[in-house]
This record gives sequence, structure tokens and C-alpha cells, in this order.
Amino acid sequence: MDLYPLWNSLRIAGISTAVIFFLGILAAYYIAKGPRWLKGVLDVILTLPLVLPPTVVGFLLLRMLGPRRPLGAFFLERFGLRLTMTWWSAIFATAVVIFPLMYRTCRGAFESFDETLADAGKTLGLSNTYIFWRVRMPACRPGILAGTVLSFARALGEYGATSMIAGYTPGRTATISTTVYQLWRTNDDGLALRWVLVNVAISFAVLLAVNLLEKRERRR
Amino acid sequence: MALKVDIEKKFKGFCLRVAFEAENETLALLGASGCGKSMTLRCIAGIERPDRGRILLDGVTLFDSEKRINLPPQQRRVGLMFQHYALFPQMTVGKNVACGAQRSLRGKEKERAAEEAMRALGILELKDRLPSQLSGGQQQRAALARILVSDPKILMLDEPFSALDSHLRFRMEQETRQVIRRFGKTVLLVSHDRDEVYRMADKVAILREGQVERIGPRDEVFSDPGTRAGCVLTGCKNVSSIRRIDASHALALDWGVTLTLPLRPDTDALGIRMHAVRPGEGENTFRCRVAEVIENPFSFTVMLRPLTAPENAVPIGWEMEKPVWKQLRAEEITVHLPVDGILQLKG
Repeated sequence: MDLYPLWNSLRIAGISTAVIFFLGILAAYYIAKGPRWLKGVLDVILTLPLVLPPTVVGFLLLRMLGPRRPLGAFFLERFGLRLTMTWWSAIFATAVVIFPLMYRTCRGAFESFDETLADAGKTLGLSNTYIFWRVRMPACRPGILAGTVLSFARALGEYGATSMIAGYTPGRTATISTTVYQLWRTNDDGLALRWVLVNVAISFAVLLAVNLLEKRERRR
Repeated sequence: MALKVDIEKKFKGFCLRVAFEAENETLALLGASGCGKSMTLRCIAGIERPDRGRILLDGVTLFDSEKRINLPPQQRRVGLMFQHYALFPQMTVGKNVACGAQRSLRGKEKERAAEEAMRALGILELKDRLPSQLSGGQQQRAALARILVSDPKILMLDEPFSALDSHLRFRMEQETRQVIRRFGKTVLLVSHDRDEVYRMADKVAILREGQVERIGPRDEVFSDPGTRAGCVLTGCKNVSSIRRIDASHALALDWGVTLTLPLRPDTDALGIRMHAVRPGEGENTFRCRVAEVIENPFSFTVMLRPLTAPENAVPIGWEMEKPVWKQLRAEEITVHLPVDGILQLKG
């Protein structure tokens, strides 16, 4: 059994989660502070990828990043870089799909933060940076952790948009989910089942981790 | 060492417009919830920005809308204790208190100052606990220590005892009075509890709907609250609107009786504290029927309806020690309302 799809899935999910970790927190922090109407508008736009079918996300991404589309053509001409059909192309797809998960859980955490703690910090003379990192972030940590783990799990399972933008090339762009599909399509049920079990095991571990984290945070 | 406040801030359907001064004394802002007491403290602390006005503390301008000065809270050196103490939940008590020393001190010195403050408030042995592991009283001590170690120029307490069980309240009140005495500078106390205010404050300001209705030394405000709201806030439960008959007679509309007293020109309501009713004959004597007797732990409240008053009149409450009523007990009784016990009110 060639383990390339496992390695590829893990790195795609890992990188996109790392990127979205910062983008999600940043967006959540500033939007939670913003005026209500802006919150409403941005919320709809930023949450859209969560409810759109992944194929629609994939289609829209191809319209932007494909070699003959504006962004894709620009990168191809300028840097000789093809944005689609490489292993890291899948990162675009997973990042877009998991962004709303991270953003929403973080926003929930920031919104439930007791603002008087920050106010108290200010009157005590603590800098805003100190308050953000030592007071706000620790209080919001359970939500942020949960968002990160969920995002990672979702990224690991991304299929639709990934298959459209990265395709399926064994040993190059194959991920666990695209491999399962390919194996099933070619009637290799035995191998498909083994990958299915791998996937179930990983998801199980991730969700277990979320539950344990939540329990530990609640005890604090 | 003086605080001067004169600010204005508009909200939807509510306008805060307060002006007062306080110097090395405890000033209580007494008002019902939503009257703008806490908002006033938040403006002084710099957490909220008034639309207009001026805030001066020890000669330093904290806020001045005309000169476009608005110091950030970090630079105001104002100690504000929040209603629920706002201790940082993820930090131990020791770290919380040390946060207060952040501004002025470094490293070891900071720790020493924090320990000093915790020892003074008797919570040094709790320094490794998290706030959630403390009782309400201990949390309050920790919050006070954290503020005092930051060396504020003024101490502001926002409903300091409202989050405590009643049996703890009395003790924390005593401790807080000691802290205030040691602090020795201006203290602002926000409260809706007249007993607490009476025990703690030198000066009282009565706030209603964002306005200071009356401000003055504690005893003056309590003996002559001036307005209907002030009368109720200082704990007077018998209040009646009046119709003026002449300069010395008023018909008390709610009680349905006529009272004789030298009326001030702008008086339009009267108040009588439940302790001010006297048995027997004297000024404003009435024969009354006892409408209801309410038993309190250490006193009786007897509701009286003058025989001459109509059936739907509001009864007048009279509170007295238990033995007194046990002697007087009757279905009908003669009482009088001494003129110097009647509060003349506006609004």
C-alpha cells in the first residue's frame, strides 16, 4: 500500500489549517469589534463556502486560478507557476472550505468574551497588546482550539473542490479522499476499504481530541 | 487631590449629564439601576468617551472635548473596581495582583509590591489559586489588592457588594471602609443601597435619568432629599402628591388628609419616613384605623388609614420596635405627624 495519499492529505490539511488559523482569528477579532451592519454583510460572504456545494467552490476557484483565467494566467506568465493540478493546489480548495469553520468558532469565542476584563486591564495600565495575548486569547482558547481541530478534520476530508482543482494523479496530487473514489471506481474495493479505515481512524482520533480538550477546558 | 467632572453623553432615549466635584472624601452616587451611575464611572476611567465636557483629576486633564484631550485609560491612573471584580480567570490571584503593578514596577519589585498588597488584605496564602476557586469576599479582596497596587489617584467602586451574599456583605463593607481609610484619597462609590451609602459616604449625589438631582453632605441629603426620587432612594416609603390649599395647608392626595405645615413655594409632594410617625396627639393629629400589621424580624410596620380619608386612600406606614407595638396594639389608634419629620419634595 503506497502511503503517499496519507502524507499528502496530512500536509495539505496541516498547511491550510495553519494559514486559516491566523486568517480566521484576525477576521473574527476585527469583525466581532465592527459595527453590526458590517458584521451582517461580511458574515454572509465569509460563511458562504460553508453552505455552497464543494463543486461550486471548485468551479469558482478554477474560474480564478485556471491557467487561462485572470489570476492563473498572471502567475503563469510572470513566474511560470501553474496554480492548478499540483499537490499544493488543493490547499486553495481546503483553505476556502475550512475558513468559515475557523472564523465562526473564533467569532463565537470572541463575542462571548467578557469585555469588562479588557476594560479592567486598561484601567490597570496594561497595554492593549498585553491584554490581547494574556487576557483575551487565554479566555477564548477553548473556542479557538475547537475551531482549529474541526478545520483540520474538515480539510482532511475535503473532496469536491480538491478533485476539481488538483485532480487525481497517483503519487502527485492523490489524497485519501480522491484515492478512495478512484479505487472504488476501478473496482479495487479491498484497497478502497483499507483507505476508508485509515480515514475513519484519523477522524476518530481528531474528534476524540476535541472532546478531551473541551473536557479539560471545562474543568479549569 | 480633587476630581472635577462635568460631562454629557447622549444615548438612544437617554442623556447623561452630570457635574460634581469630590476632594479627599467618599462621594456616593446613589440611583436606581439604569440612571447612569456606572456609565459615569466608565467615562472617568476612560472606557467610555463622553460627547462633551471635562474631567480633571488632581489638576491633570483626563478629558476635555474642547481641547480635544482624551487620555487613554492606561494613562489616567484611575482605579475602577467592577461589579463582578473582573479578575482575569486564567491567571492565579498572585499574577492578577501583579498585573496591577505592571505600569510602575519591574520584575522582583513588582512581585514584592503584589505580595505586600495581598498581605494587607489577608489573601497572601491564596496567591496560587485561580479566581474561580475563591469565595466572593476573597475575590473582592483580590480585586481591591490589584487596584491598590497600581497606585491609583482615585478609587471607584461600582456596586461593590451587590455580587455578595448578604451575610458576607456586612463584613466586606467593614473591610472596604478600612481600605478607604488607609487609601486616604478621593473615593467614588456607586450604589442603589441607601444603608450602604449612609454607612460609607461623606457626601451623596442622587442621580436620576442621567442627571444629578441633589448633591451635598450625607446628612443634609438624607434629611432633606429634595426630590421625590431622592426621597425614595434614601429609603422613605411614604410619599404623597399634594394640592396646595394655602401657604400652610396642603391636601395630601394619596393619603387623603390635609396637613398643616409651612410649605415651601415649590413643594409638590411630601414624604414621611416610617420612623417619623409619632403616637398620641401633636402636630397633624389623626385618628387612624390599622389596615395591616407587617411583622419584620426586629420591628413592626403598621399601615394606618386616617378615619377621615376615603377608602381607596394609600395607607401611611409606621415602623417601630416590637415592644412598642406590643404595648400600643389596637384596631384604632391616634398618631401625629411632626412637621420637622415631613420631607418637602419636588417632582
